[in-house]
Amino acid sequence: MQCENICDTTTLKIMQSELGITGKKESKLRHNIHVFLCIACLNLLSFLLDCPGTSSDQAGKSSACQGCPNQSICASGATKAPDPAIEEIKQKMTSVKHKILVLSGKGGVGKSTFSAHLSHALASDSSKEVALLDVDICGPSIPKIMGLEGEQVHQSGSGWSPVYVEDNLAVMSIGFLLSSPDDAVIWRGPKKNGMIKQFLRDVDWGEVDYLIVDTPPGTSDEHLSIVQYLSGAGIDGAVIITTPQEVSLQDVRKEIRFCKKVNLPILGVIENMSGFVCPKCKNTSQIFPPTTGGAQRMCEELNLPLLGRIPLDPRIGKSCDEGKSFLTEVPDSPAAAAYQSIVQKIRDYCASHSASDVSC
Amino acid sequence: MDGSGKGNLDQVKHVLLVLSGKGGVGKSTITTELALAFRHAGKKVGILDVDLCGPSIPRMLSVGKPEVHQCDSGWVPVYADPQQQQQLALMSIAFLLEDSDEAVIWRGPKKTALIGQFVSDVAWGELDILLVDTPPGTSDEHLAVLENLRKHRVDGAVLVTTPQAVSTGDVRREITFCKKTNLKILGIVENMSGFVCPHCSECSNIFSKGGGEELAKLTGSAFLGSVPLDPLLTESLEEGRDFLQAFPESSTFTAISHIANTLLNSLNA
Repeated sequence: MQCENICDTTTLKIMQSELGITGKKESKLRHNIHVFLCIACLNLLSFLLDCPGTSSDQAGKSSACQGCPNQSICASGATKAPDPAIEEIKQKMTSVKHKILVLSGKGGVGKSTFSAHLSHALASDSSKEVALLDVDICGPSIPKIMGLEGEQVHQSGSGWSPVYVEDNLAVMSIGFLLSSPDDAVIWRGPKKNGMIKQFLRDVDWGEVDYLIVDTPPGTSDEHLSIVQYLSGAGIDGAVIITTPQEVSLQDVRKEIRFCKKVNLPILGVIENMSGFVCPKCKNTSQIFPPTTGGAQRMCEELNLPLLGRIPLDPRIGKSCDEGKSFLTEVPDSPAAAAYQSIVQKIRDYCASHSASDVSC
Repeated sequence: MDGSGKGNLDQVKHVLLVLSGKGGVGKSTITTELALAFRHAGKKVGILDVDLCGPSIPRMLSVGKPEVHQCDSGWVPVYADPQQQQQLALMSIAFLLEDSDEAVIWRGPKKTALIGQFVSDVAWGELDILLVDTPPGTSDEHLAVLENLRKHRVDGAVLVTTPQAVSTGDVRREITFCKKTNLKILGIVENMSGFVCPHCSECSNIFSKGGGEELAKLTGSAFLGSVPLDPLLTESLEEGRDFLQAFPESSTFTAISHIANTLLNSLNA
């Protein structure tokens, strides 16, 4: 195999084991995976050497390519061919009306909390079908927040069946594939990407009005993959979550740049953990202080809608820990009112936009 | 870099990773405060920030946008205290970005390659303790750091959690990661552990209570201590001020100092 000329045998064996290849795979699959491995090797090398890049017009043709063992693969155009899964996912997603990503550059700002409660709120209209997909492969919080810990996924003739919280609210997460709460998913990028592809292609979502996708923090494999695999189907847009302080905003600005780079429309920004009202004396404290103007100033500077601000409320964290919907537990709280106002704006956006209007 | 980076960790006495399965629990905060505490205790400290997508440490230490220079042994770290005797060295991808809002949109292999360089090719010189701040998860960055530190002794990892179950649920997986990679767990820190209202002193458990200590008992790990939610700490980090120097009378100072001293004792033992 040509990759052995570039990677040492140990590295190659690790990559093969991470992609789950055994000797029993069909030869066509083995060929595709060989190409994939070569591409993965080449992507690493392109960072380190003067390789023009596997997707470049010069791939396989530039002077730097002379002597490269995989020159012929690049020159053949195989490395620029789109992943067939993109078309398969596009077909699968024809039954999904609206797709919304929940993003943040920063961890711990409330993406999963918001994704879960957005799903609950949308599903409170029993005429709507809602699906929640958790692509945080290393830290899947959605099963706990939705009260579905310990549930398992089943396979049927039409694919994987998601887990239903309500008749009209389906959930999928890698958490359902783990047998113990201590199981760690210690996977590198390519294996995480494969899982995300399976979630999009092989889960039998059925007819869905809203697909909400909860993501991990950052701008890496998971984010690139979800945008790439949904590029045929189209994404309505992304909701960006932040907390008020600059340490959070500085990461969120990077996420906003990511969205612009991949042509992902931004529905708006939500400022979470925005002030805490003491239950005893009713004074407000800014635990995460907006030292640089908070999300409001950032939105003004970047010309983005501020969808709303959600205050810190200990009952939100408690509901998440107990797997209950905060909107049902404490419907009269200021935080619940903030949520409902934001959800309505998202409904209105979806009603006036169609995913097929935009392409990533 | 060719082999010129060999031996850059030879004069680093102790290496400590700061991990959490969960995002936003305060890994960078705890890393920064431990580094400042160790420095106040007279130690020479380094911080390696391997959160490539969200590097927070430079702002927390008010380092700004310095240039990274090269020397014969590799990259020269940035010193957070240039007026003093270079007691706090720092390396972060933030220093290599022209535009601080620029997103680092890299897949695993590219992140792995840069982290390899960060570990081997930064000329740390003589350090008592090198702290490694990590992003959340158990993926490329974590594997890259451990693989590149294989030739050097790693004292262990400090795990940071908040009290609530959604956080400890992810940190359990990080504990499994440590066990699978033979990384010693030096202890668990529970951050954002209660909020005392500055107006009426009522304590509110905004992110629940006790989860960190329970997790330590459940997994047989040491419980290093709890750090409360403190707007003064958050503000200090926002402005890159030394919280420990500014607020030595606070209960937060006491909590952080206790954790730092416990760690120093276990490193010297």
